Parts: sequence; C-alpha cells; structure tokens
Amino acid sequence: MSLTTDDVNKIAYLARLGINAKDTASYTENLSDMLKLVEQMSSIDTDNVTPMAHPLDTIQRLRPDKIIEDNQRDHFQSIAPQTEEGLYLVPKVLD
Amino acid sequence: MTMHTKTLKQLSQGLQTGEYSSQELTLAYLNRIQQYSALNSFISVTEAQAIAAAKQADALLTAGNAPLLTGIPMAHKDIFCTQGVKTSCGSKMLDNFIAPYNATVVDNLNAAGMVSLGKLNMDEFAMGSSNETSFYGTAYNPWADNTVPGGSSGGSAAAVAARLIPAATGTDTGGSIRQPAAFCGITGLKPTYGRVSRYGMIAYASSLDQGGPMTQTAEDAALMLQAMAGFDPKDSTSAQQDVPNYSTNLNNSLQDLKIGLPKEFFDEGLNNDMATAIETAVNEYKQMGAEIIEVSMPHLKLAIPAYYVIAPAECSANLQRMDGVRFGHRCDNPEDLNDLYIRSRGEGFGTEVKRRILVGTYALSAGYYDAHYIKAQKIRRLITEDFTKALESVDVIMGPVTPTPAFGIGEKTADPIEMYLADIYTIAINLAGLPAMSIPAGFIDNKPVGLQIIGNYFAEAKLLNVAHQYQQVTNWHQQTPKGFE
Repeated sequence: MSLTTDDVNKIAYLARLGINAKDTASYTENLSDMLKLVEQMSSIDTDNVTPMAHPLDTIQRLRPDKIIEDNQRDHFQSIAPQTEEGLYLVPKVLD
Repeated sequence: MTMHTKTLKQLSQGLQTGEYSSQELTLAYLNRIQQYSALNSFISVTEAQAIAAAKQADALLTAGNAPLLTGIPMAHKDIFCTQGVKTSCGSKMLDNFIAPYNATVVDNLNAAGMVSLGKLNMDEFAMGSSNETSFYGTAYNPWADNTVPGGSSGGSAAAVAARLIPAATGTDTGGSIRQPAAFCGITGLKPTYGRVSRYGMIAYASSLDQGGPMTQTAEDAALMLQAMAGFDPKDSTSAQQDVPNYSTNLNNSLQDLKIGLPKEFFDEGLNNDMATAIETAVNEYKQMGAEIIEVSMPHLKLAIPAYYVIAPAECSANLQRMDGVRFGHRCDNPEDLNDLYIRSRGEGFGTEVKRRILVGTYALSAGYYDAHYIKAQKIRRLITEDFTKALESVDVIMGPVTPTPAFGIGEKTADPIEMYLADIYTIAINLAGLPAMSIPAGFIDNKPVGLQIIGNYFAEAKLLNVAHQYQQVTNWHQQTPKGFE
C-alpha cells in the first residue's frame, strides 16, 4: 500500500514528530516501501494462530505495595530543561 | 609489555598475581583509545572516573579475595545509563542527558570490579545495522578502510576488535550484538530474553531488547555474562531463573552434539563465499564428533516483515518519553505545548528513528492495528514454533550471521529496505527470544566472517561450550586487524 504526503503529515502529527517539509516526500517513499515489505505477512493464513506478545509468555510479576525508594525529585529535576519550585515547566496550556 | 591482546582470563591472572596493576592496565588502554580515536568507537571517554576506579580495584587486589574481573578495563555501549556520565544513546535528543542512575548491568559489572573507560558509539537509539545513524558519526571497522563496523553495537565491536578494550557491553534487538561482532571478528553473545536485566538500558523494542557481552573469546563471554546475568526485581520481564556457572562446562566434549542447519539459511540470498566459510566451520564441528542434521524454518522469510511492525510499534511507544519536558533536547522558544513536543522531537531525532516512529505510529493506529500489529504477533508465534520444533531434535542450530561480510560506508544508506533485509539471519532469533552467539570463523577478502550458534531458552552454557571448543581448534578469534597489533 502506498501512502500520500498527507498521510505522512497526519501520522507525524499523531506522533508529535516534526518533519521538514522538504523531507516529507522521501519519508513518504520510505514508509510506502516499508509497508510493502510488511504486506508480505498477508501471504500466509494465520486465522488460528494465537498472537505472541512476548517471548517468555509469563504473567506480569507483582510486588508488595511498599515504599522501596526515597523521593529523588531534586536529583531527577536537575537534568530537566526547565523547572520551577519542584515543577516541570511547559508553555501555558490554559489561558 | 603488550597487554592489549590479552583476554579477560589472562588479564585477570596478571592482576591477581600482581604482574601489573589495574592502574597500569587502565592507562595502557586509555592511551590506545586516544591513539586510535580516528576509529570513532567512543562517544565519551571517562578518564578520571576510570583512574579512580582502577585505584580502588588495586586496593582490593592488594587486600586479596578480589572478584575475578577486578581491575579489568571495559566500556559500555552508550545505551546503558551510567550515573553522572553522559548517556546519549547515539542521539542528539540525549546529547545533554547525564544519567541520574546506573543500569543494573552497570552496577553488576562495577560490583564485579570491572573498570569502565567510557561509553561506546552506536546507531541512534540502537536503530541501524551499520552505526551510520549515530549522531556522533559512524564508528569505523578496523579490518578494512571505509567499512562499517556493523550495528547497532558498532562502537563496542570496533573497540574490542581493535583491542582498545578487552570487552564491552552491547545490546541486541534484531542482531545488534551478533552482526557487529561478525563484521569485526569478535565474539558476541545475545542471551535469552530476560536473562540480563533491561533496567536502565534505554528501551527500543522492549519485547526484543537484550543486553550481552562482546569479547575476544567465548571463555571471556562466559566470565562477563556471569557478572551481567541474573534476576532483577527492577525489570518486570527479568527471568526468575538461577544463573548457572557458565565456565564449568566450557571443556565438555562435543562428541554426538546434534547441530541443526536450517536449509532456509543457505538459500539464494547467501553470498557464495559466506556459504563456503560457514560450511568449513561446520565441518570443523564434524571433526569434533558432531552430527549434522538439516532442519527447516518455513516462516523465516516473514521474520523481517513481522519485525518491522513489532519493533517500530514498540519504539513509537517507548520513545514518547523523549518529549522535551523532563530531560533531553528541548527546542528554543516553544509557542505552545504541541509546538514544544513537535519541534523538540523533530530536532532531536535523526532520520532512521523518525522512520521507525512513523511506521510504528501507523501500525498501531485505529484501523490498522489488527492487520499489522496482531498479524505480526501471530507470525512471531509461527517463527518461534519453527525454532522450538527444530530444537526438539538438535542441541544447537548453526548458520551465518550475515549474508555478506561488512559493507562499505554509505553503501546501503540510500535504500533502508536493503539494509533491513541483511538482518534476515539474526532477527528471527529475537522474535523467538532465544540465545545466540556470533564467533569469528574466517575471512572473506580480509573481512571477518561470523558463525552463528543458536540454542534453546537459557542454554547459554551450551552455546559457550560449543563456541569455546571451536576456539580451541581455530585461531580466527586471535587475529588482530593490521595497524592495531
């Protein structure tokens, strides 16, 4: 299946991924090629096959609901682009 | 004193007997790293930390009872978080990221006494087969001019091959330990999924990613895996299985070992010289008493299509955390929140990473989820069953790691699909979650050839035994590239 540049722009927006306008055509070509490759999967019937999400087929391990780590907010925020009073700063979302 | 050609085993003996100190060893390797910096195998060299760690190691060695690997230099693929040290994952996105904690693998190797000399080059976020997608430029293959070291653990393979370090960590999502190990003529082991903790290992495709050792010999891989492996409560997919002693069975006889050769590994896609090299290696095993049995992997061809749905789908989810808010690259003067996300991610990620995020986003989007993602997971089961069925009648499976030896820089960058297709012999093993190794098995036009050995779940000790026995009767693993002797 082939994608259009509009499709690619829409997918890029869904992924919140900036793409230079001059590169859209080559991404469209690459993605169409990848989807052609992926379409080879339809060459076999898999109706009665159970999907395999994970190689070990294990159940999710649980642990007791106990505090096991100290709060390290300052430590983690020391590498953040912008913080104030212990909060991560982003552009204004609400007026 | 030439220390740089020594194996971990030999270095350990030298340190334990006081023949040389960890500080001497560390300085000698740091000098080589500087001398051969044109290989571009390192992203960061952490000289001061290394010397401090070597001093500590020397104190332990003097006091006695130091663990076997104490004082031996190594380096980490730059995908493993190292506290206080830049952990870039080969990306502009994390060029300013100083990891706030250590990966479990890093803690484990520190506890084993190893001395880290720095962080190794890699394809951006481990997405690539040539190291060419790295934000820091490609690492070079020490065996041939203008040749890729493979990827994504290209810096690890190049540095070990050039003897700039005796061992390195790597990670393997679709062949990223085995393929560069093959291209650079070293020993690489991708353990069973879940054997080595993924905690602090920056995630690409979480159901496929697995860390492992990259060394000169299988004997060294056993020592290194011993220190790396084990259950980790911080990794929800860590295997709750005892870790056997990987060194005790290395010398077991291979008499009556059953080796499966999948006929699909030797079809028209395989370069003739490569086929001959692999046959020669397999014949060596026959001489040791092994029995060769043809097996079949009818779904092998679908491994690449299935991988290029599953891996991008998982990567598109995993890389959402790179959003310019809590760490990593942030664009200048964002207009609003969307602009912040879109531009930070657009500026921070390179082309290959963007391709995979886009494909993954598409495959997971409404209307395509069943046709792509669920279909790929079904094929994943069929491929896994091919392997588990074959492994009922044989002890190990062998074949090539790559269809050709290392290719030239720039040779495959124009056509991403061509690059993907070259991973046909490694990708299926990640889908199944099985352990596999690449060991040096000859040369084609002076470029190394890798033999792949695939085993059953948690059969790393068997793989290491099979690899070690081959290295007792061949010397491919002892070759050093010209100019790096």
